[in-house]
Amino acid sequence: MPVRRLAPQNVQPKEFAFTAENLAWAKQQMAKYPEGRQQSAVIPLLWRAQEQAGGWVPQKAIEAVAEILDMAKIRVLEIATFYTMFQLSPVGRKAHIQLCGTTPCMLRGAEEIRKVCERRINHEAGQLSADGDFSWEEVECLGACVNAPMVQILKDTYEDLTPASFETLLDGFAKGTPPKPGSQVERQMAAPVGGPTTLKSMKA
Amino acid sequence: MLDDKDRVFKNLYGLGDWGLAGARKRGSWDGTKAILEKGREGIVNELKASGLRGRGGAGFPTGLKWSFMPKTVGERPHYLVVNADESEPGTCKDREIMRHDPHLLVEGCLIAGCAMAANIGYIYVRGEFIRERERLQAAIDQAYEAKLIGKKNIHGFDFDLYVHHGAGAYICGEEMALLESLEGKKGQPRLKPPFPANVGLYGCPTTVNNVESIAVAPDIMRRGAAWFSGIGRPNNTGTKLFCISGHVNKPCTVEEAMGVPLRELIETHAGGVRGGWDNLLAVIPGGSSMPLIPAFQCDELKMDFDGCAALKSSLGTAAVIVMDKSTDIIKAMARIAYFYKHESCGQCTPCREGMGWMWRVLTRMAEGRAQKREIDMLFEVTKQIEGHTICAFGDGAAWPVQGLLRHFRPEIERRIDQYAANPHSDPVQVAAE
Repeated sequence: MPVRRLAPQNVQPKEFAFTAENLAWAKQQMAKYPEGRQQSAVIPLLWRAQEQAGGWVPQKAIEAVAEILDMAKIRVLEIATFYTMFQLSPVGRKAHIQLCGTTPCMLRGAEEIRKVCERRINHEAGQLSADGDFSWEEVECLGACVNAPMVQILKDTYEDLTPASFETLLDGFAKGTPPKPGSQVERQMAAPVGGPTTLKSMKA
Repeated sequence: MLDDKDRVFKNLYGLGDWGLAGARKRGSWDGTKAILEKGREGIVNELKASGLRGRGGAGFPTGLKWSFMPKTVGERPHYLVVNADESEPGTCKDREIMRHDPHLLVEGCLIAGCAMAANIGYIYVRGEFIRERERLQAAIDQAYEAKLIGKKNIHGFDFDLYVHHGAGAYICGEEMALLESLEGKKGQPRLKPPFPANVGLYGCPTTVNNVESIAVAPDIMRRGAAWFSGIGRPNNTGTKLFCISGHVNKPCTVEEAMGVPLRELIETHAGGVRGGWDNLLAVIPGGSSMPLIPAFQCDELKMDFDGCAALKSSLGTAAVIVMDKSTDIIKAMARIAYFYKHESCGQCTPCREGMGWMWRVLTRMAEGRAQKREIDMLFEVTKQIEGHTICAFGDGAAWPVQGLLRHFRPEIERRIDQYAANPHSDPVQVAAE
């Protein structure tokens, strides 16, 4: 299990409060679960807090979630440090690249993509680029193994990458014109390149 | 090859409409009321007769699992929980169901809920599947709007369905860890017994099923158990989504009959092994937790539960990871060991400490920087992890290493010899850390 700690105090914002819109959304989420089981909503709420705080979870956000859900702070802190999709320190303003490095992606060249990250963003995973626009980390299997190698940025996946197409992708994010999500080659989703071998007789 | 008319996942590649109208054209939500009228016993018996085995890895008979739920609903409500925390390396089948044919899953949830008298269902989607989650939620909203599910729906069985999500923990795919996570805690598995059918979510009777198991249920009920059990062979019936990744010319996800020969699967759908069949080194047949199978055993391998078990491996999730002869097999397995080190929940000592130990030793072995006696030591450690942890994570991490040692020991020894034969500035390590 990875060791994960909160960001140092000097980067932690002084306060955090959910926007009215997010607070209303949080109440909706809590209603999904039976009476007295509102703790179930802790992951969705922390997630929303992460989105509101610019891609990472500050300490104050953890405390705010604890208060809404009537949980002990330590219980929410446990959740934030256990689940690795919660970023505990600031990430790149324009893109935080989650590069899948597990064996199926490794077999198809994730290490080459990693080298591009090291060269263009920061030699160290989890650190910001010099301009603060980008950051990257190597994550475990993202569940798009037949479209390997791939990265996830915000909500979308970018699949079937090569070092060249990945560099184009980074350029796109830098300029504010990200490429279209999904496969970066001519391909229908998870079908084989060149067209499906099955379902040919099916009408859409 | 499986005939197109026998396929369950007719919109696997998203060429058609994912929504309710499209799903109806493909046959979903047709005669659902009549299916529910068969009652709990009727549905469970049909599922049992179909021979459907769970699609999430363990292959437990789905009908039997449903029958474990208490016969009458007492003070505690029953829950259906769908495991959409698909994180096994190599596996990407549930993703296609959720984003391209979500109504299969929604309808399946209603039927499964009825079969176990559960009026509430939760679908636990892995955190990374954000678009898939949105799509699934949209499908559920459509179903609510059309009064297909919800309270006072047209099927006469009240059923509420909610989407929940995780945040990047592989262990939450283990059913007890999933329930803990759904309750808003760290995903650390609980001891069994009590089994979830007695004490599950919020202490209430619960059944946890994989997405694919649930999504095929409506088709089994509509077309009949005989149709499903007529595909494949006894004990290994039906169709299955296979994900073929790694060193093939055209990686893809495809639905095939159980028992399809591995070679046919790879050559028909995935464009063959890179560099030809003779260039094959090994395959991992069912996601990274399963022992690898070396090329010489692959010629005759039938891709189903019994076929893989005969070679001391397992079908698992049917995620075929293909490795050709250019693969550094020790390094590939070391990377899998790293995955398990990263994902161990830290609850049981053999797993928490053992995962890092195995990864460090394998990393040295990949370079040849090891002693030959450490090979036996590594094997012994895998045996000390296997079966000594609360959940099956420890087993699933030990098996791939055992598979490597079983089939590629000469390669490890060769590399150690090669390293020892060359002068190095660093001393050979005496023992593992």
